[in-house]
Amino acid sequence: MENKNQHTILKTKNLTIGYTSKKEENTIATNINIVLKKGELIGLVGGNGIGKSTLLRTISQVQPKLSGSIFLNEKPLENYTNLDLAKSMSLVLTESISSKNLSVFELIALGRQPYTNWVGNLSNTDITIVNNAISQTNIEDLKHKKCFELSDGQLQKVMIARALAQDTDLIILDEPTTHLDMYHKVYILKLLQKLVKETGKTILFSSHEIDLAIQLCDTMIVMNKTEVTSNSPCLLIQQGTFSTLFPEDLISFDATTGTFRVKK
Amino acid sequence: MPETKTYKLPFLLLSILLIICFFANISLGSVSIPFKTIFESLTGTTDNYIIQAYRLPKAFTAILVGSGLGISGLLMQTLFRNPLAGPFVLGITSGASLGVALIIMGASVFGGVFATLLISKWSIVIAASLGSFLVLLIVLIVSAKVRDTMAILIIGLMFGSITAAIVSVLSYFSSAEQLQQYIFWGFGSLGNLSWQELGVFFIIYSFGILISILSIKGLNTLLLGENYAKSLGLNIKQSRLIIIIATSLLAGTITAFAGPIAFIGLAIPHLTRQIFNTANHKILLPAVFLFGAIIMLICDSIAQIPNSDYTLPINAITSLIGAPVVIWLLVRKRKMLF
Repeated sequence: MENKNQHTILKTKNLTIGYTSKKEENTIATNINIVLKKGELIGLVGGNGIGKSTLLRTISQVQPKLSGSIFLNEKPLENYTNLDLAKSMSLVLTESISSKNLSVFELIALGRQPYTNWVGNLSNTDITIVNNAISQTNIEDLKHKKCFELSDGQLQKVMIARALAQDTDLIILDEPTTHLDMYHKVYILKLLQKLVKETGKTILFSSHEIDLAIQLCDTMIVMNKTEVTSNSPCLLIQQGTFSTLFPEDLISFDATTGTFRVKK
Repeated sequence: MPETKTYKLPFLLLSILLIICFFANISLGSVSIPFKTIFESLTGTTDNYIIQAYRLPKAFTAILVGSGLGISGLLMQTLFRNPLAGPFVLGITSGASLGVALIIMGASVFGGVFATLLISKWSIVIAASLGSFLVLLIVLIVSAKVRDTMAILIIGLMFGSITAAIVSVLSYFSSAEQLQQYIFWGFGSLGNLSWQELGVFFIIYSFGILISILSIKGLNTLLLGENYAKSLGLNIKQSRLIIIIATSLLAGTITAFAGPIAFIGLAIPHLTRQIFNTANHKILLPAVFLFGAIIMLICDSIAQIPNSDYTLPINAITSLIGAPVVIWLLVRKRKMLF
């Protein structure tokens, strides 16, 4: 067993995120200092419009940061080429894929693109890795189905398998549990937890399932209007961080159960 | 268990079908020529002028046109994630039409020296190429600035409208003769190419095909959508540019040499997907090549009306034959796979 909790995968330093249009800068969140460690499941929570997606998009270099720095494996993110980044970080996005006529195997195999030759032929190693990703996510029975035949929950598992096949240190998922029923929400999050344990990868996901995240995550990043806090769920509960998430008029956080309660 | 189907049997059957269609196309025409003569002139033992100077180049043109348009349609459908996209969404044909309209109908405006050049076929080819190249250039400049691929689609369509309008204005001021000449160009024609012209056509076509083959991997990645493709290390802007260039080379030269051939580019990829039920371009690209060539040869054979002196406009035949086939296939399968 390596001393996994000491190896940092991703680190941000005084990061400011937001959008630039013409001359105006629209800051969404500032002074973000987070550390993602190897082999951890990290949940990112916060209210609607607080900037969870913006943070994930900035970390994954989909959009530029405003200021501060991001280090991936101790190398500044902007020094990565598209291809190098693709070998270090994989994404599961909220958008659906363009072509649903891909078979599950083909879709997952596309995760090997950064490693394949000019025409995209799979080597034996690639096929082994794809098959591993399929068995790790328990979707052997879907392997030969077409994507348009899948339910939302099944498709989400397939997309996770695709990210696994990309063989990166870090997997980032943007709201992987939306559109899923209660059972499948838990199923997906437990699957992520299992993958972290089995593969030693770091998985960062954003979610509105705060109570589930509290139960399953190693670390949580909580975004509210004034600051971005990151710690283990227990410590965050003790600090009362979750109570600051939402306005107090409708729901309140119950520290003993770790859930939100509707005010009567 | 095979991980991805290789479709060996359909490929074999289509290749055989292509050869059959090729020979059928050469055998059929206004003059009936016995098989023996055809075979001998192909092997070079006897010289048959009709076969060697007319039917062979026409058959080769049909293969290049059908396969080229089919492949550029496939590229556009993947790039724009739109099953309605064809090779002409970028405004390439419109550009070519504009070039040809200017040289045929604008002659009265420019007059003099130009008018004497008009009858030459090369001048029409050059006008069409210049026209499509110009539109392509504008589309490329725009696409370098625009982030959204869909915007390029709309811009291409807008160029189509603009050029159509200019052509209308031109035709309003031109004589019946000029108008007829322009309309005849619009019918499309496979049979007017000499071996020399075919050679030039083939060289540019090959470049287009080569670039298409090189972008197979990028096309497959684009099946996931642009953001996923980027996360897989694909340089979106660069791939987009390469795909647009390949399409322009193919659709541009085809329109220049054979006129605006409707329908093939849009329909062939769909027909192909009915048999090759896959989204993988490594399989689709060669399949579309075979399919496009076969359909074009068949359409051309029909347009000739064997043993008669009439030749129907190829552009009408491709739609008349092709459109019902696509409707029938879609109704039968009830699903537009994409």
